[in-house]
Amino acid sequence: MLPFQIPEPSAYSRYAVVMKKIRKQFPKVLANDDVDLYVERGEIHAIVGENGAGKSTLMNQLYGLYSPDSGEILVGGEEVVIHGPKDAINAGIGMVHQHFMLVGPLTVAENIVLGNEPVGAMDVFRYQKARQEVQKISQAYGLTVDVDARIEDLPVGSQQRVEILKTLYRGAEILILDEPTAVLTPQETEDLFRVLKNLQKNGKTVIFITHKLNEVMAVSNNVTVMRLGKVTGRIPTSETSPRKLANMMVGREVLLRVEKSPHKPGSEILRVDSLKVKDNRGLMAVEGVSFTLHEGEILGIAGVAGNGQTELIESLAGLRKADSGSVFFEGADITQKAPRDIRELGISHIAEDRFKYAMVREFSVAFNMALGRHYKHPFAKSGFLREEEIYQNAKKLVEEFDVRPREIHILASNLSGGNQQKMVVAREFAYHPKCMLVAQPTRGLDIGAIEFIHKTLIHFRDSNVGILLVSMELEEIFSLCDRILVMYEGSFMGEVKPDEISLEEIGLMMAGQTWEQVEGERA
Amino acid sequence: MKTNLRRVLIPIVSVFISLLVASVIILWIGEGGFGERFVFLGDAYRAMLKGAFGDTAAWMDTIIKMTPLILTGLAVGFGFRAGVFNIGAEGQMAMGALTATLFAVNASSFPAFIAIPLTVIVGMLAGSVWAGIAGFLKAKTGAHEVITTIMLNWIAYNITNWAVSGPFNDGLNNPRSPEIAEATKLPNILSSQATFMSYGILIAIAAAVVIYVILYKTSMGYEIKSVGFNPYASEYGGINVSKNIILTMAISGALAGLAGTLESMGLYYRFYGTLTSGKGFDGISIALIGQNNPFGIIFASLLISGLRTGSNQMQYVGVPKHIVTIIQSIIIFLVAAERIITSLLRLDKRKGGAA
Repeated sequence: MLPFQIPEPSAYSRYAVVMKKIRKQFPKVLANDDVDLYVERGEIHAIVGENGAGKSTLMNQLYGLYSPDSGEILVGGEEVVIHGPKDAINAGIGMVHQHFMLVGPLTVAENIVLGNEPVGAMDVFRYQKARQEVQKISQAYGLTVDVDARIEDLPVGSQQRVEILKTLYRGAEILILDEPTAVLTPQETEDLFRVLKNLQKNGKTVIFITHKLNEVMAVSNNVTVMRLGKVTGRIPTSETSPRKLANMMVGREVLLRVEKSPHKPGSEILRVDSLKVKDNRGLMAVEGVSFTLHEGEILGIAGVAGNGQTELIESLAGLRKADSGSVFFEGADITQKAPRDIRELGISHIAEDRFKYAMVREFSVAFNMALGRHYKHPFAKSGFLREEEIYQNAKKLVEEFDVRPREIHILASNLSGGNQQKMVVAREFAYHPKCMLVAQPTRGLDIGAIEFIHKTLIHFRDSNVGILLVSMELEEIFSLCDRILVMYEGSFMGEVKPDEISLEEIGLMMAGQTWEQVEGERA
Repeated sequence: MKTNLRRVLIPIVSVFISLLVASVIILWIGEGGFGERFVFLGDAYRAMLKGAFGDTAAWMDTIIKMTPLILTGLAVGFGFRAGVFNIGAEGQMAMGALTATLFAVNASSFPAFIAIPLTVIVGMLAGSVWAGIAGFLKAKTGAHEVITTIMLNWIAYNITNWAVSGPFNDGLNNPRSPEIAEATKLPNILSSQATFMSYGILIAIAAAVVIYVILYKTSMGYEIKSVGFNPYASEYGGINVSKNIILTMAISGALAGLAGTLESMGLYYRFYGTLTSGKGFDGISIALIGQNNPFGIIFASLLISGLRTGSNQMQYVGVPKHIVTIIQSIIIFLVAAERIITSLLRLDKRKGGAA
């Protein structure tokens, strides 16, 4: 792999976008650390990296949503200063965000012209003219849409096209797409790729952000890889492979391994059989997965966020109805049980979304630590709360789990994020569960707290608890799990043991390759 | 600590400010020189105090008026605690009163110690069923309770009007029901001149105590508050969200129904078309001023009914009755926009004030 030659300023006119030494400091993180980006005219350029690598921050600066602390931006070889999206649009830059900015009750044509409506005498909106103009662009770029359809009646893929058309209508030559495939079905993704190639044929430049490596391979000409706010590679797509990209993306840092005894699984405690679960949009998120969890083991589910892990865990915890398939706990069918019944059986759950699910911010720390057991011994007796017991329990837990400040009567919203997480983790461990569903247990915690939670998980495993661990942190999965399932688009790409596979190989599976394919490549 | 202090201080300061504003208006209405205007102001407030608390009859009148306000205030405040905005206390009150009266008119065969509790229960049940409809719709279909309770208010309004002017009319051409059976009339604690004060106030205060205990001392209250704060976390914690929404609405409606029932059993002894006359809506203001706290609601009811009874007396010295509406509105405005007071008092944490 030849290192990318930084072009001479005289060659800048070849590039649609040049971003030089971009630096952006947020209160707690250095989101962009002297980032360089070179996007050639008329290419499809992919920016890949893990969550939090700084990809979106970089693009938001190009579009004027943030301004860089330092660095230069050149568009078409000329230096530009972009103070806001308006400047970006004037410079020929358009951006399609992850969350669409469309008006549901208006038609496609109305949405596209919004802000630049064709008007007649007395500023009367000329809908027919708008329709014609939109139809013209739509035909020119092969982006078929029904211009008279209401946005709210359209599927997500079509809404995205409307967003793209909107940027084209405003004269964009350079299109930025922030994780455009995150919301799309595989079919819609293919359609999108066709559209992108069409735009390229028409001379447009496309920059798209993703963390799915197969998409990079499928559609881009060049790739820029980011990790922790820095560029770790820039390479023509034809000269790289998913394996190399995964390598650059994940890095090769030493793993923080936790001491643990050999894997001694006990009897089967949880069995999942062809489970299918839909997401909030009604699309299938978990596509018929099967697995078993034993006492005394940690089973990890690795994968890029949004590949069905959340829906899987929520379904096991009773928060989301299974579409089909079944779940057995200690031999009994618990598929359609309510969350309380599932907890009663001895299954605790550390939810991924702390604010939404795991705590009541307006309750005190003490009350939060009783959530889920608030109705029964020792916290309640014949319908009345036993405050003394609730307080004692909380005092013990804040001490044990080092929740700071050691104050149980303050509202949970007054704790810092890390301490809120400790509060949640403390409560779920205090159940003395037989089985734990653990999602992102260390998100937002510092190294010390992470280590403590890892040790506690290992301790519970050694005392024969069965633990299902979902984490986006590969290193966490590697150091804790006895077995690993890699999830991609709702299915498992295979089951592996941490000592039999490398990080890059897991990265490949996270990008959609099966274990058989990965193993085949080894030979 | 700080939040509790805030809860008490905000309404008190709001009352103070609103009286100050009202004073300016009264000074402006007054005639003559500066001194005369101030005498006028003094007269006005003296009249108000006298009208509200000047003698036994005035006191009794204030207490009679505050009884339904406590209950509708509790109804709305309890709903707020669970994240439901029950605007339908008016309709629930009417349905509770109508149903209880219907029962009480025909309850002459029971002895009082059975007839009274039975009538109360019937009225509460009617209110809770009426509110429960909105609770059920919210829990099962997501229909917003603000819309459904407003619609149910109109349905109740028309049902009760039809009933008392048609099939349930007393035959004397007024939109009112026949008188309730002697056994179902609430006994009076006190009477003075032509004013009679029934045990209704004690029932209302008892209801406040019960609601306080439910909210703060029981696991049911824990669940209701939890659902109000964060339904997702509640579900995660094994709390049945739908059940709790319906339950909250039912309890809220029972309180409003009780308000109407006591008006019939202890004051009018029959159902009038105008029995509710906005007291259900007053509950919203009362709950706000009382900061949704059961005891705060008792004080808020006392305040509002005191202002109202006092305003009658104020008219005699030449201050329009509407001044009370202004005072009440300013209080509510300030309580609702509490940021104004907190920054005035520098209770705001970031500013690190003396409080």
